Amino acid sequence: MDAQEFDVIIIGGGITGAGTQRDCAMRGLRTLLIERSDIATGATGRNHGLLHSGARYAVNDPESAEECIKENRILRRIAAHCIDETDGLFITLPEDDLGYQQTFVDACRKAGIDAEIIDPELACRLDPSVNPQLTGAVKVPDGSVDPFRLCAANMLDAKLHGGQVRLHTEVTGFLREGDTLQGVRTRNRQTGETADYYAPVIVNACGIWGQPVARMAGVDIGMYPAKGALLVFAHRVNSLVINRCRKPSNADILVPGDTVCIIGTTSTRIPFEECDNVAVTPDEVNLLITEGAKLAPALSSTRILRAYAGVRPLVSVDNDPTGRNISRGIVCLDHETRDGLKGFITITGGKLMTYRLMAEIATDAVCRKLGVEKACETAFRPLPGSEERSYEAVAQKIWESPSTAQKAAAARMGTSAARISKNDRFDKALICECEEVSVGEINDAIDRLEVSTLTDLRRRTRIGMGTCQGEFCACRAAGLLAKAHGCVEKERSDLADFLQERWKGNFPIGWGDTLREAEYTQWVYKHVLGL
Amino acid sequence: MKLQEYTESKYNFEECMKCTVCTAYCPVLQVNPLYPGPKQAGPDGERLRLKDPYFFNYALKYCMNCKRCEVVCPSGVKVADLIQAARIKYDRSKPKLRDRILASTDFMGSLARPFAPVVNGVTGLGITKTALDTLLKIERQRTFPRYSARSFEAWLRRREKEQAAFPEQVSYFHGCYVNYNEPKLGKDLVKVLNALGVGVRLLEKEKCCGIALITNGMSEDATRHARHNVSVLRKAVSEGRKVVTTSSSCTLTLRDEYPNLLGVDNADVRDALLMATRYIFERIEAGAQLRFRTDYHRKVAYHVPCHMERLGWGIFSEKLLRMIPGLEFTLLDSACCGMAGTYGFKKENYAASQAVGAPLFEQIRAVSPDIVACDCETCKWQIEMSTGYTVQNPVSILADALDE
Repeated sequence: MDAQEFDVIIIGGGITGAGTQRDCAMRGLRTLLIERSDIATGATGRNHGLLHSGARYAVNDPESAEECIKENRILRRIAAHCIDETDGLFITLPEDDLGYQQTFVDACRKAGIDAEIIDPELACRLDPSVNPQLTGAVKVPDGSVDPFRLCAANMLDAKLHGGQVRLHTEVTGFLREGDTLQGVRTRNRQTGETADYYAPVIVNACGIWGQPVARMAGVDIGMYPAKGALLVFAHRVNSLVINRCRKPSNADILVPGDTVCIIGTTSTRIPFEECDNVAVTPDEVNLLITEGAKLAPALSSTRILRAYAGVRPLVSVDNDPTGRNISRGIVCLDHETRDGLKGFITITGGKLMTYRLMAEIATDAVCRKLGVEKACETAFRPLPGSEERSYEAVAQKIWESPSTAQKAAAARMGTSAARISKNDRFDKALICECEEVSVGEINDAIDRLEVSTLTDLRRRTRIGMGTCQGEFCACRAAGLLAKAHGCVEKERSDLADFLQERWKGNFPIGWGDTLREAEYTQWVYKHVLGL
Repeated sequence: MKLQEYTESKYNFEECMKCTVCTAYCPVLQVNPLYPGPKQAGPDGERLRLKDPYFFNYALKYCMNCKRCEVVCPSGVKVADLIQAARIKYDRSKPKLRDRILASTDFMGSLARPFAPVVNGVTGLGITKTALDTLLKIERQRTFPRYSARSFEAWLRRREKEQAAFPEQVSYFHGCYVNYNEPKLGKDLVKVLNALGVGVRLLEKEKCCGIALITNGMSEDATRHARHNVSVLRKAVSEGRKVVTTSSSCTLTLRDEYPNLLGVDNADVRDALLMATRYIFERIEAGAQLRFRTDYHRKVAYHVPCHMERLGWGIFSEKLLRMIPGLEFTLLDSACCGMAGTYGFKKENYAASQAVGAPLFEQIRAVSPDIVACDCETCKWQIEMSTGYTVQNPVSILADALDE
């Protein structure tokens, strides 16, 4: 029987929630994380995966810039297996004002960001994909980060510190006594089971959904949703992050992440009702390709894998309708002092980059309420998997001469790859051929990382994220899941949902090879497998 | 700039639909579990290699570069090119002495030729084979190609005037094999072309096409050969001659591997470079005639070499052989013999090489022909050694059947 009482309940399984749970658990608290869907389903998993140097905010938002560069350095230490230290460029194009470059570099240096003006020719040599018409280039310590991996590693570490996790479980109401929140009423969305959990402090870490959750508790937070759309290209076109050296605008960041690269974003204010189901429009696709091709001309003729959009959880501080000028600053609300509601904290604003700091701030607030005095250790304790700095080192330690799949596993799992080192021939068989994910790696994720659906599995292992978009791996992985969960019927509908979800991302860019591939996938599943 | 009007990628790797037909047809994968297969080694692996060269897999060396994956690919992905290009770009291992020796067909030929009888005797000895096997890891069970005491070049040079008297001329890229091992094939070609009223000329000092250099990790040497060869080809073509060859692998290298793998532009000479059987067939189609003996009776089984399949030209050799009255023709099933140039000589590949060829050998034994026809010298070595049947180039068979 699971415990029903905790020291702190965290609502929201995004990176903020997972990070907060880890921090709380490391400080010795009994923690419970509740997420109505899966980890990293909201804004956490729907952005560039950019490891900001802070340079983007240096001119307009120096406070955020400083936070970014500090956290950038910390994440390189504690989350090595989630991070690719690529470096980044801020390029000036003929249509941009080269005069901005100096303002930019000065602001970067003031924020503590190591920004170096380099010769445009050198920029082209460092990254041959960069638009050769550039008139200026600045090199900064940008990188890329895998938000799914980062979120899963935080959740895993929280569990290793005794934390409990309930995914696919939604909060249906708060349990309160007068002006004090005492717990939450929940319902598992897959089984329909309900349960009550109690804790003296409840943390609302729901991103944009923090507003309706707070309203459920009877408090108001002025938030507004800003949609950002992005495109995934089928392979890494660039080797460095490429940004435009100008005031932040649409589609001016190209990030090389894992085997792909991602261009984004747009920024459009949307009504709250649309947050649960954001779709990418043809205009957005057009804008992303047009602007993207200015950063790296090859994008105009590179295959696109999918389009997706996320919703920024911006806290209303002024009336700017675009959401660009708003501070991405961290907002931590203690509803006891703000609204007279005891035992309730909201942590919001911020960004993926600063999740650890947000978690620290929230955990400090929780500890104050509980009278716990223990210092935060998340800035120097590596996440599980990140004990080694590079995947080369990881792979070489585990295997004498690692295969590509083993190297890829080391890159995804970090030191945890040792868990699949002694597997047999069956375990070595590939489930996902595009990203080289083996049976052993899938089974390890099912064992340790709270997987109930194929989509959950995708976020933890990258199956279905490669060129074929699930064409080959989905049915194989479904077999493993059916075995693990002992239910074939449920898995059959899960498989259909998974393929439908893949198609949702293919649809806005459904032309050329991606359309051909989707059609082929349909033949395979409909006509060969009879689904 | 037209945005997303079309997409392009290196060797079309992003057009891969993951249908896996290349993997189903890969002869290596069926016998060697260490090889990741063309799809994994090619388009799938490419995405990882683009992320970080660290993901390069040294098992790519097991690829025989037979190009069967490219022939079957319905999406036009140049799978084998992707694999060979990755080896050229990322493989940092130094070629072994053994590989250098095997790849230097030109140099070894010029070294061995003056002492051919001795060399042929020595390489046939058990003790030599044991020594090569232990010291260099060259498989002892292999039969080595014999060297000829006189080179084809010297033979043809003495006939320059006589050949120049013909109303039309072609240049002949004879390759190392004809020059050092089997000048007879070159002489047979001269006989057939002369019968068509065409004289044969040498190129101005051709070099080895370089295919063995490419597959043995010596692409820089191969590139030097390529630049030289393209320049001598250019000279012949600019003087209005076609260039013919009798080896399918040399032809594929000169036509396709030069621009695709070595980055040596041959666009201006590529179309003038033909397998001799294609050239002869086209002459006959255009009205020329060959007179054949009436007493020629042979049962011939034709094996289309992998590189001939890739060129798509097996049909020309087949049509020519079928023109010979008294020739009972069998087309063997499309299959790789397993030799793949120097690949089969290496001790570590011998078992795989024999296993790949097994179905072909079996079919040859079942057909039991008088002669196996084949446009590739290394297939010839493999089939002769493994089956005991005699293998001849279609050009030699044509020459034998001619009524003089």
